[in-house]
Amino acid sequence: MNGPVLDLRGVVKVFGTNRVLRGVDLAIGEHRVVALIGGSGSGKSTLLRCASLLETVDDGQVLLDGEDITDPRVDADRVRQRMGVVFQAYNLFPHLSVLDNVTLAPTVVHGRSRADAREEAHALLDRIGLADKAGEFPDRLSGGQQQRVAIVRALAVRPRVLLLDEITSALDPELVGEVLGVVREVAAQGMTILMATHEMGFARQVADVVAFLHDGVVLESGPPDQVLGDPVQPRTRQFLARVIDAGRL
Amino acid sequence: MPPPSELELSRRAWRRHRARRSTLVALVSTLVFALVAYLVVTHAPGWPRVRATFFSPSVAAESLPDIAAGLWLNLQVLVVGGLLVLVVGLLVAVVRTVRGPAFTPLRIVATAYVDLFRGIPLIIVLYLVGFGLPALRLEGVPTSPFVLGTVAIVLTYSAYVAEVFRAGIESVHPSQRAAARSLGLTHRQSMRIVVLPQALRTVTPALLNDFVALQKDVGLISVLGAVDAVRSAQIAVGQTFNFTPYVVAGLLFVLLAVPCARVADAVSARARRRQQSGGLL
Ligand SMILES: Nc1ncnc2c1ncn2[C@@H]1O[C@H](COP(=O)(O)OP(=O)(O)OP(=O)(O)O)[C@@H](O)[C@H]1O
Ligand SMILES: [Mg+2]
Repeated sequence: MNGPVLDLRGVVKVFGTNRVLRGVDLAIGEHRVVALIGGSGSGKSTLLRCASLLETVDDGQVLLDGEDITDPRVDADRVRQRMGVVFQAYNLFPHLSVLDNVTLAPTVVHGRSRADAREEAHALLDRIGLADKAGEFPDRLSGGQQQRVAIVRALAVRPRVLLLDEITSALDPELVGEVLGVVREVAAQGMTILMATHEMGFARQVADVVAFLHDGVVLESGPPDQVLGDPVQPRTRQFLARVIDAGRL
Repeated sequence: MPPPSELELSRRAWRRHRARRSTLVALVSTLVFALVAYLVVTHAPGWPRVRATFFSPSVAAESLPDIAAGLWLNLQVLVVGGLLVLVVGLLVAVVRTVRGPAFTPLRIVATAYVDLFRGIPLIIVLYLVGFGLPALRLEGVPTSPFVLGTVAIVLTYSAYVAEVFRAGIESVHPSQRAAARSLGLTHRQSMRIVVLPQALRTVTPALLNDFVALQKDVGLISVLGAVDAVRSAQIAVGQTFNFTPYVVAGLLFVLLAVPCARVADAVSARARRRQQSGGLL
């Protein structure tokens, strides 16, 4: 397939009178990593929730592999099976072991055999250095370890696209590196990723495209060096100046 | 706000169409079910007898005023009892969660009370309180079946409700208490300002459920001789040798319970929605 894996076209989302998204256009090509940046409350999470059908869009379209998934006739559950989502707050299931968290969707949703799913889960956990934690329960892991497991859990269903919403913002700075390292590795293996992030340095290293969300639209997007280094829009420049002040670039 | 696009309009039209269709399906299947039930019952061999003794329109019309008047008494017990149950239940729950050795006797009493009254059937509590208390002939002990019945109901239901409250209090994450204490709030302040409001939110559906149960159990005060809806129906049955008054009383109780059950549903649905939005991503 040559078209984008995920294609947002004129996406509108309204909460009451608050028009959070006013027509967002954003395409994520296969094996591409797109970083979504923007101020707090600019609608990054809302956009990701719309893309993963956790919210119903109020106008516009979301296409996954060319299929309009905002069509009310499509089965949202089937669509979500082709996406992996990682939340800011990990959201691991506390009553299941690490291994069971990872193998749940492959076995229950995708009907893979338990042995098969376990084997793959062990391989994935091994890759992120948590092979010895397979039997542990989530509350015995550090925040960074939990978030790495959450990424593996999302990957275990072999999604077409991975959606990440500020997955490091709840973590201690020293734990951020290990989580970003996993994302970097996943990206290097060719996963298509859309991620909302405040980590500009990371966006610069890993993303192919940086998109700046402002006032409900993608105000500027392009290669990281251009958008983060030499933005065209004055708004983008202002935003980056504030970020630099905060010491995050 | 710009007008929605053609695409969005067609999506909305389709959703409306779907909603209409599911309403229609629900309507038709309900009607079919009702019809089948009606036919089965009315074609049963004993139906004419049953209709005459349980569903006599004339007896129903005759007994309705007295039964409705009796229901007023049930309503009073319900309101007064319900409020008292909330207060007593909450108090007992809080006492059971108080820490510290000085409160041990209180805690033991509260625990014993809950264990005892959750175990005894309400009807036995009614007999013990309704006939036992007045038999003591103590000065100032009320003898009205209304008061005694309410006391018995409050004793039993407070034990249940205390456990509901306690579960709610314990469901509030310990980190909330830690956060409140770290702000310098005392145990009582953090309980009142931080823990209880959150606990109340989680237990509201369960409380409403208990309220619906209470609604029909207030009919049990009739065993003490209070002339409530059930007792009025009993009297009418005795006079007419026809069971229709019981059906009338039953229907009145159902009418009372339905709005409450719907409110309970709406409250739980709202709580669910509030939890869903926010914090997911
Ligand atoms: N369920 C909701 N109901 C009403 N308003 C909402 C809801 N979810 C989000 N909003 C509003 O939408 C706007 C965008 O919120 P969103 O969480 O998408 O921002 P964000 O870019 O992810 O911010 P942050 O960087 O702080 O995470 C905010 O103004 C928020 O108040
Ligand atoms: Mg967000």
